[in-house]
Amino acid sequence: MTNHILISDPTLRDGSHAIAHQLTAEHVAIYSKAADEAGVPIVEVGHGNGLGASSMQVGLSLNDDKTLLETARNNLSKSKLGIHVIPGFATIKRDLSLALDIGVDVVRVASHCTEADITQRHLGYVREKGKEAYGVLMMSHMATAETLLQEALKMELYGAEGIILMDSAGAYLPSDVDEKISKLVNGLKVPVGFHAHNNLGMAIANSIAAINSGAKILDGTARGFGAGAGNAQLEVLIAVLEKMNYITGINLYKILDAADLAEKHILQIIPSIKSESVISGLSGVFSGFAKHVNRISKEYNVDPRDVYVELGNRRVVGGQEDLIIEVVMDLVTKKK
Amino acid sequence: MKKIRVAIIGSGNIGTDLLIKVQRSEYLTCVLFVGRNLSSPGMAKAINLGVKVSDESIDGIVKNADVIDLVFDATSAKDAKYHWEIIEKLGKTVIDMTPAKLGALCIPAVNLEDIIKERNINMITCGGQASIPMAYAIGKSQKNIEYIEVVSSIASRSAGPATRLNLDEYVDTTEQGIKLFAKVPNAKAILNLNPAEPCIDMQTTIFALVENPDMEKLEIEINKILVKIQSYVPGYSLLVPPMYENGRIVIMVKAQGLGDYLPKYAGNLDIINCAAIAVAENFSKVHNNIN
Repeated sequence: MTNHILISDPTLRDGSHAIAHQLTAEHVAIYSKAADEAGVPIVEVGHGNGLGASSMQVGLSLNDDKTLLETARNNLSKSKLGIHVIPGFATIKRDLSLALDIGVDVVRVASHCTEADITQRHLGYVREKGKEAYGVLMMSHMATAETLLQEALKMELYGAEGIILMDSAGAYLPSDVDEKISKLVNGLKVPVGFHAHNNLGMAIANSIAAINSGAKILDGTARGFGAGAGNAQLEVLIAVLEKMNYITGINLYKILDAADLAEKHILQIIPSIKSESVISGLSGVFSGFAKHVNRISKEYNVDPRDVYVELGNRRVVGGQEDLIIEVVMDLVTKKK
Repeated sequence: MKKIRVAIIGSGNIGTDLLIKVQRSEYLTCVLFVGRNLSSPGMAKAINLGVKVSDESIDGIVKNADVIDLVFDATSAKDAKYHWEIIEKLGKTVIDMTPAKLGALCIPAVNLEDIIKERNINMITCGGQASIPMAYAIGKSQKNIEYIEVVSSIASRSAGPATRLNLDEYVDTTEQGIKLFAKVPNAKAILNLNPAEPCIDMQTTIFALVENPDMEKLEIEINKILVKIQSYVPGYSLLVPPMYENGRIVIMVKAQGLGDYLPKYAGNLDIINCAAIAVAENFSKVHNNIN
């Protein structure tokens, strides 16, 4: 089946960023059940930065990983339960072994796009335990197509069964997607995927560009519920893919229902492209920074757009939320 | 005064940078530099400096035991365990640069005097050397600390293959150090690798959840410990002084290296080496009855 696309739905993971990681067990239960009924192949659950990432740096979770994952597990029957894992945040002993014990099926081990070698042990562990393992290259707008291929090849060697490029900053244009996804598709044996953010209004267009370049895996979230300007809106993506005669195994009406449920019960605000989101995307800043930048900029009365531009200049990567404080303090000093 | 005779086992970045620092010290002299491969860049550097080298790994130490007082182990956690079994029987002191945690954990600014009698001294982790002194100052000045979190960002180029493979051990050992030195029940350590060019200096942020923090007392303790750290790590500085923000204490520090064998941005490697040299020099002072 060449026209089959594997959909992974991180509404309950990327969406955590949008509500400062205050996902309740009830949220997880409601959406997991609806996604399962709609036939979503993989439902990703957890803190925005994944397993073991509840922290003052990124944001403390309302519920621990165990509660979130167990709740999802109890409400999923057909869908696989997925997690996002960043080495440096999550360790095998403290976090990953527990998650596998709870019954996680799919583990996506992520690193900054030039640092794939830190995923070796985590990927190996997941494969040893007989679970599905994917490699994720985050902030992939920051590296060339050739570098991304070299890093992806490492992950493939470590046992990744697919490689996902994340446009974590929402910085891609369709031509960038085309160049980078094609390079990976031609150079790897395993399937390639794409995870979009919508800062420049390109999330659906970029996802389709990825498919046209040979990607077989796409991420999308209900109403685009995700960090910053949000992700590719899943129910729209499914409709577009249907129109293009791709098969996802997802029932369109039921995924529309799931999105309505999410809007009613989980989303405090439907993600939209705010003025700051545009500058964040142009500056190539990690989408998960949005809430922190807003809060600290307001507190110290600086223009969040200046903060994004400076963070972009410093080539800050995901996980460096502490630098927002430093950049704001710098701007305050300069204003005096 | 008699210089302490040291051997360095492990000819990678850490070992070679240590060698340069040892040779500069007025209290230490390197009598043997040990690796496994005579053609490695570290070995070439040692030969160039006129230091005696051996490619026989731990056997090199055993054969030259009578001229060695102290050994720096800059190999890996796994090898350090095996080495210690042998070196302990030789009656030598080991300063362990790996996260093997076989002996007493040491942060020179905090417990240099307490570990004088220890025969195996562990330098924890690079991030630990940067963050634990601050965590200690928080522990000393505050009551009811619920939780401390430390986040280090280092230049991608300063993280060698062993560091990358051992991120879990780094996290685990740093968290243990925080709990021990700050006397706090819960701790978390996070490490980020940043590939930006030009390379970023090592930067560490310390967060603490404290009820009713005493910021004045904290500032006094921070300034006290800062002077102590700067006496052995000149490139250590406060980037953002202690502030109370969003219900938490935040402190940011930066460590710039001396630029000996490693570039200046590799402050993460420099700080753990400077700390180890401080321990060895104190060992020498004690043996020469200088203190």
